[in-house]
Amino acid sequence: MSDQTHSEHHDHIASHVRRYILVFVALIIGTILTVWASYIHFPSREINIAVALVIASCKAFLVAGFFMHLVSEKKMIYSILGFTFFFFIGLMALTIWSFGDFPPFTVTH
Amino acid sequence: MEIPYTTEIRKDTGLYNAKVGIWLFLASEVMLFGALFSSYILLRVGSQDGYWPHGWLTVWLGTLNTIVLITSSITTVMAWASLKMKNFGSFKLYHAITLCCAVTFLCIKSYEYHDKFIHNEVTLKDGRIADGHLIKRTADSVTIEGRFVKDRKELFNLSTPFFGHPKQEEIEIKTADIATMSNYGPAHHDYNALYFTLTGLHALHVIGGACVIFYLWAFGAKMWKEDPERFTNRVEISGLFWHFVDLVWIFLFPVLYLL
Repeated sequence: MSDQTHSEHHDHIASHVRRYILVFVALIIGTILTVWASYIHFPSREINIAVALVIASCKAFLVAGFFMHLVSEKKMIYSILGFTFFFFIGLMALTIWSFGDFPPFTVTH
Repeated sequence: MEIPYTTEIRKDTGLYNAKVGIWLFLASEVMLFGALFSSYILLRVGSQDGYWPHGWLTVWLGTLNTIVLITSSITTVMAWASLKMKNFGSFKLYHAITLCCAVTFLCIKSYEYHDKFIHNEVTLKDGRIADGHLIKRTADSVTIEGRFVKDRKELFNLSTPFFGHPKQEEIEIKTADIATMSNYGPAHHDYNALYFTLTGLHALHVIGGACVIFYLWAFGAKMWKEDPERFTNRVEISGLFWHFVDLVWIFLFPVLYLL
């Protein structure tokens, strides 16, 4: 590797490092926000749950997108994750669907 | 035998093989944890009104553990970036911090588990319920630090302050007066069963990931000298697994500690 190419490569990684530090700070702020929001008494507990899950999803995006480099991955990885997303959503949809589908003689509260 | 595509890119996938492998593995892990989260949703939605616990865990310990894991995530990615910049010394330093974070996380988790196993709910023969942490146990009596409640429902919404429960009174109970006594282990409540299953499986992942990172940290120098690109890829793969472990905790923390 020539000196110039090596220097460009070094600068490229250094710019990534700056981004990692920003993501780290955002994750810490996200954690503090999650805890703070959990002590707020929203009109219903469902709102508390939604707020916590939205913040968690944003944090998950930061980890997956930047630490795991998903924002700039190859098509193959997106295909694998596309299938995973499909089956995960299917699993959750089946879970929610089953709420009102109890077998006969089930005791519900 | 030579393993193909450890560093060179396959034309059909555009990736080296290990990267495809780890993402397929992580996809299966998503479904594994997804199934457990699905169980959590079903059990929580199906629980009797007022009998799903809130505030049973110490929030500041969970917050600290979240920060520890986030810190370990950035040191992992920095270790990989150090190798990309041909700095093996920085790699060693960052991964040493990652390992310290992993051990810290597991120590805090062990403390929390211990706290649950010494926490007891004692039903007396007169119908009263004592709840607290076991201090002393003899053949004639048990002593707990806790409180009496008239209705079991009072135990389910503790509205815990951030720094845990205030100090409570010491209660000595004669063994002859006890009808039932159970600790807050997995059998105590659906919530505890889920808490121990989810965090236990997660902790196993932390242990597994830490073992791999330790191996690369302690014995990686030889491969780094012989084939630096291959070693860097190995560090990237172990890092992807570690970030996934962090990602799972990002959801476990609010679900188990805060909601």
